[in-house]
Amino acid sequence: MSASTALMAESADAVPPVDIVSGRRRALRTFARNRTAVVGVVLIALLILIALAAPLVAPHDPLDQSVRNRLAPPSADHLLGRDDKGRDVFSRVIYGTRIALQVGILSVLLGGALGTLIGITAAFFGGKIDSALMRLTDVLLAFPDLITGLLVLAVLGPGLSKMIIAIGLTIAPRFARVAYGPTLSLMHRDFVDAARTVGVGNARILRAHLLPNILGELVVFGSLWTASAIRLEASLSFIGLGVQPPTPTWGQMIREGTLYLTTVPWYSLGPGLALLLAVLAFNLVGDGLRDALDPRSRS
Amino acid sequence: MLRHIIRRLLLAIPTLLAVFTVIFIIVRVAPGDPATAVLGDNASQQAVEALRERMGLNEPLWKQYLTFLADLARGDLGDSLKTSQPVWTQIKSALPHTLELTAAALVIGLVVGVPIGVVTAVKRNQAPDYIGRIVSLVGLSLPAFYLAILLIYFFAVKLDWFPAVGAPSFSDTGANLHHLVLPAVTLGLIEMAYVARMTRSVMIAVLSDDYVRTARAKGLGEWVVLVQHALRAGLIPVVSLVGIFAISMIGSSVLVEEVFARPGLGKLMVGATKQKDYTSLQSIMVVYAFIIVIINLITDIIYTMIDPRVRYA
Repeated sequence: MSASTALMAESADAVPPVDIVSGRRRALRTFARNRTAVVGVVLIALLILIALAAPLVAPHDPLDQSVRNRLAPPSADHLLGRDDKGRDVFSRVIYGTRIALQVGILSVLLGGALGTLIGITAAFFGGKIDSALMRLTDVLLAFPDLITGLLVLAVLGPGLSKMIIAIGLTIAPRFARVAYGPTLSLMHRDFVDAARTVGVGNARILRAHLLPNILGELVVFGSLWTASAIRLEASLSFIGLGVQPPTPTWGQMIREGTLYLTTVPWYSLGPGLALLLAVLAFNLVGDGLRDALDPRSRS
Repeated sequence: MLRHIIRRLLLAIPTLLAVFTVIFIIVRVAPGDPATAVLGDNASQQAVEALRERMGLNEPLWKQYLTFLADLARGDLGDSLKTSQPVWTQIKSALPHTLELTAAALVIGLVVGVPIGVVTAVKRNQAPDYIGRIVSLVGLSLPAFYLAILLIYFFAVKLDWFPAVGAPSFSDTGANLHHLVLPAVTLGLIEMAYVARMTRSVMIAVLSDDYVRTARAKGLGEWVVLVQHALRAGLIPVVSLVGIFAISMIGSSVLVEEVFARPGLGKLMVGATKQKDYTSLQSIMVVYAFIIVIINLITDIIYTMIDPRVRYA
């Protein structure tokens, strides 16, 4: 036992110990040099700040109605004008950041954790568990994300937590696929066999050997799916199945704007741009991470 | 070749069965009683009980499942909970509008997206690449419904070139196509972003392949190398992606139909969702499943025809 550990330590020394640390550092450097990705990071930080400090940033109460001033055009006091109930659109766009980010981040955490668990479990145990889980995954993957989300939301009903669950369930099979392949191939790699031979348990093999190896891919995927989750939330809210009024959501505001497109065209401009920026920011970061972690695109 | 196609057709059957089962589970596992959901919380006990009986909800779950499958096998999609009309009559009139929209958008997406993908791959890390990548990233981030609103504002409200809402019947071809332009362009532009991105990454891989280097080394012109060698090989994976594009467009078409008030399948599904019409919802999902399986089959067959490696495998 001690001889074999010594041997392993020695062979680890023989291979320069730069591998993991400098790999990560190099990835970070590649990422930091990617200007569009940095723009994405700054945008996300800004959005999170706005969401947290919404009461301080918003000039007005997003729920304050003023029927007399309904659909008022933009002015110094109301930068994006007022909506059909006389509420300040700018403040509502700011508060909408909260729903968008909550749904985007929480649904990806939920779906990512669930999906990764499914994928790893299937690959790890193989056999009947594998074919049952991955069969189910493939069926769910067959449908476009919006249709799966719509179906689950139709069954659950509207609401913030239900929206998070619906999008989380839509995302989960996608993560299962991403976690499944690499886990399966890692299962047959020598270092996993070696770990097993020296008596390392399943849980530790998963934590110490498998997760670090698939983490990069999961993070890239998580960022890109946060973008999609925000887009999905807005789409479902736009259809009218999202978080119910009067809570401001971008999708629902854009929908209200379509009713006044001929007379008050600026109505849906603000929430639309906010939505575009949020989705773009997470896509930029996801792209940058992928390029940074993918050795092929390093040249 | 024919054997391959027949085998694929047979393989589609268990897939469909699995999909139907999942649809059944999702719709039936709905928390709360569907009958109460339809009638509202204030409905009388008798009314709820009568509806449960009519919906077959008092039968054991396995029996409901078998009835569902048996009805499907007979081509019976059931009656709408709301209107009591056969769901199929509604789907029959909606389906052509959705297929027309998706097909037109697919053509737009490919015709615009593939050249952009090739150019950005060839001019990698140069100005055209950066512009193309930014355009496609914005396209990926722009929700279909928001692009739809922008197009409606400029081309329907301001310029008044195209009508913004509705879809006339197919017998009125001119008007029908006129109404198709804005929705198809919306969906096509969104799809163009995916197509360009995927074509780019496929072409980058192909351009670094050995045979491309060989072609260059033996002195062939860049254009010949590109079109006759790289593009031909690069198109194979792109074709296999067309199925994926088509399916993702079926998803986005729900939003586009909603904005443009097109009487398609997506609009039908949104309506059924809002009315808690579970039988319609279930049937529409079955139709979507059929469409997706058929798209996958067609992709598979085309793939077999253009890629000799698959044909002889």
